[in-house]
Amino acid sequence: MDQTVTALKPLKIKKILDGWTLFTVITALIISSPVLVVVAYVFVPSGEIWTHLTNTVLPNYIFNTFILLIGVGAGTLVIGTGCAWVVTMCKFPGQKIFEWALLLPLAVPAYVIAYTYTGLLDFAGPVQETLREIFGWSSRRDYWFPEVRSLWGAVTMFTLVLYPYVYMLSRAAFLEQSICVLEVSRTLGRTPWQAFKDVAFPLARPAIAAGSALALMETLNDFGTVNFFAVDTFTTGIYRTWFGLGEPVAAAQLGACLLIFIVSLIALERYSRGQAAYHHTTVRYRALRKLHISPFKQALCFTFCFFPVFLGFALPAGILLNWTRDTTEWWMNLRFLSLALNSFTLASIAAVLAVVLAVLMAYGVRLKPSFLTKLSVRAASIGYAVPGSVLAVGIMLPFAWTDNLVDSWAREHLGFSTGLLLSGTIVAVVFAYIVRFLSVSYNAIEAGLGKITKNMDCAARTLGHGPGETLQKVHLPLIRASMFSAGILVFVDVMKELPATMIMRPFNFTTLAVRTFELASDEQLAAASSAALAIVLVGIIPVIMISRTIAKSRPGQQN
Amino acid sequence: MSLKLENIELAFDGFCVLNRINLSVDRGEFVCLLGPSGCGKTSTLRVCAGLETPIRGRVIVDGQIVTDGSDVLPPEKRKIGFLFQDFALFPHLNVFKNVAFGLKDFPKSEIEDRVQEVLKQVRMEKYANALPHMLSGGQQQRVALARAMAPQPRIILLDEPFSGLDSGLRAEIRDQTLHILKSSNVAAVMVTHDPEEAMFMGDRIILMKDGNIVQDGTPTELYSQPVDHFAASFFGEINILKGVIKNDQAKTVLGYVPAKGFKEGEKVDVLVRPENIKIQRVLDDIGANEKAHIMAARYLGRESLLHIRVEDENANTTHLHARVDGQLLPKENESIMATMDYEHAFVFRAS
Repeated sequence: MDQTVTALKPLKIKKILDGWTLFTVITALIISSPVLVVVAYVFVPSGEIWTHLTNTVLPNYIFNTFILLIGVGAGTLVIGTGCAWVVTMCKFPGQKIFEWALLLPLAVPAYVIAYTYTGLLDFAGPVQETLREIFGWSSRRDYWFPEVRSLWGAVTMFTLVLYPYVYMLSRAAFLEQSICVLEVSRTLGRTPWQAFKDVAFPLARPAIAAGSALALMETLNDFGTVNFFAVDTFTTGIYRTWFGLGEPVAAAQLGACLLIFIVSLIALERYSRGQAAYHHTTVRYRALRKLHISPFKQALCFTFCFFPVFLGFALPAGILLNWTRDTTEWWMNLRFLSLALNSFTLASIAAVLAVVLAVLMAYGVRLKPSFLTKLSVRAASIGYAVPGSVLAVGIMLPFAWTDNLVDSWAREHLGFSTGLLLSGTIVAVVFAYIVRFLSVSYNAIEAGLGKITKNMDCAARTLGHGPGETLQKVHLPLIRASMFSAGILVFVDVMKELPATMIMRPFNFTTLAVRTFELASDEQLAAASSAALAIVLVGIIPVIMISRTIAKSRPGQQN
Repeated sequence: MSLKLENIELAFDGFCVLNRINLSVDRGEFVCLLGPSGCGKTSTLRVCAGLETPIRGRVIVDGQIVTDGSDVLPPEKRKIGFLFQDFALFPHLNVFKNVAFGLKDFPKSEIEDRVQEVLKQVRMEKYANALPHMLSGGQQQRVALARAMAPQPRIILLDEPFSGLDSGLRAEIRDQTLHILKSSNVAAVMVTHDPEEAMFMGDRIILMKDGNIVQDGTPTELYSQPVDHFAASFFGEINILKGVIKNDQAKTVLGYVPAKGFKEGEKVDVLVRPENIKIQRVLDDIGANEKAHIMAARYLGRESLLHIRVEDENANTTHLHARVDGQLLPKENESIMATMDYEHAFVFRAS
């Protein structure tokens, strides 16, 4: 019975902070550092500038931002939820097409649609020209025409391209709802409209709130549109305070103000979700039976769904296509190709890095799902909610500081100048993309990993494979599809990204998005069209991916 | 001694899951961890494999300490085979590669032979190229067993390995698994909630409840000498009779049962299995102290189940179930004489 017993070598340190946890925590810390920097700048005294800002522009920033949020919030809610319900529950001509077509405006960045509509509707544009010809008006004073480049114009532009967020999530929620619940409400004497109002809408509320929050965050992130429309918001303010007034500290503090809006948005979304923690009481799913409605109502549904798609995608894409045709010689030239190559390179590097980091972090959490690792991942994903301009401030300030430090050290000890190592290089831009879009890839990877049962890990481990080997041999082959879609999503987001790229790109390094912005700012709207069109075309890829996922999401639903 | 657990304590989020578990398994022995869900049996298995980190206690495998409190040798270094409830076959690898997965320390030339050998053992050699999703549940289970056995583990741990199979298949696979494990002379620990399965498979059964070991012994010991109410009732339906101690005997409605170690006049429960209740037809009920009536009688084929109502001298009634030979089927409301086989009755302090 008594055998010699060999003792286990103590592994004390390893168990608290093993390599994976350490990696996850440190990466998360680095990724969330820009946000922390911006918040920290609240405590740095900035002197006179704030009195100046408060007296001049700040009230305007706050007012404009509020109106944008309320307008876009209401607009996307009505269009997004309404279209989602009509398309999911009613049968009318074109309904099958609208199911995915309603997502298309997601491919158009807000600044692109803004340039397009400005080109179409401003004084020199074809619409007003035609009107003048017909009615014989000659000058601006002869008639009234709504000004596109205004606050309300911006609200309209944002609503047209951002409603798909609400549409997408509320449709997914409607599809997930058990038909039984809806049928019960009908048998209890509710009309279809009442069933929507009293049952379906409240059940879908968390999803709708999440969609609206996404749309509003995109609104706050925007730089191109508001800058072009000369609507002063925090994003333009940050840019101007920094580069115009040369006050980086005040810019960071403006960024912190903007963060308050974001935090309250997130809080609102969480609150709304917490209030409505409904669980489906039944798991019976049947193919939804669509309502048959009168021809008049069918026409109404058609119109309701048609206009968002037409105004948000078909019309602007058509205009861009037309402009591109008129300027073929430009878009074929090498300049365009080099821009596309720049965008492609940046997006590819960012996508690969974002996927690799997301895999390692998600796996770190899987190995040790402790409070520490979960908190780290949370912290690393804040970047998604933070506007690119704010991130740029949070990255550039410490990067410039580091560069100066290294440079002066090198000059003192090595006798030469290192120049800019981080700020104003691709490193800074790519880092900004990772900070902003890591959560996109992380969510996709986490969902993929979640589908692999924990017993797979245990099986591989008991069969003699360490955590790293297990990841390589078991998880990676199984999540290849998730990794691919995560990469694509980040790739497209980077292609469309404007504010961070604008501020942080190396000197003379231009991407499609930046070029579009520059040309449009110079009123060369038509010349910007090919770059803009390229962005839109790339943007369609994730739209297709998303619509496929939704179509497959409903258990028991064919097609 | 192949596997030994000493004072293992485990908690999740401050909630105690295992409370000082001590157990040992010999080479070639097949031990079943038995208990209701949530009793900690699977957690015990996972501590053995190094998949959970206990607060305190040691795990010793072949004289090597592999877990010492929160110092845990990672599972990949333990040479312990684990068979999962859902089989956990790698869906992207075919049967051959699944089985070869654990053979990374084997020389390349031997891998092929070893895989073929274990696949032959589980009679799956024809499916080497099949992917897991193409196999039936029983076949998957056999591949999972082959995969766990392939690296010649020191111990094999089985976590409810048959619960995913339908009942017809289960008996057959169970039988095969037992023979394969017995012939390889490996120490095996199996978790199950099914007492019949535990008795079928186990050389020894360790009965657990709420993170404690209730009883550790051979199937016969657990069935015929349970240590408490829980152990007695876990192996099937049992009748509970109220009793009072008189002269080292427990007095019940079915007569006296020898009961040592109780105080005079102490209230006890007498537990007796349905098959240990005997009935006799009475021609006249004069002289019978207690009255027993058949309330219902059901013919179940091999045996009959009788619902009996017994009345004591104070007119308190007790409802009992008895299993008797199938031939003997009394009529309802018939008066009978009911006694019990007191050698198979268990006396415990009243709960």
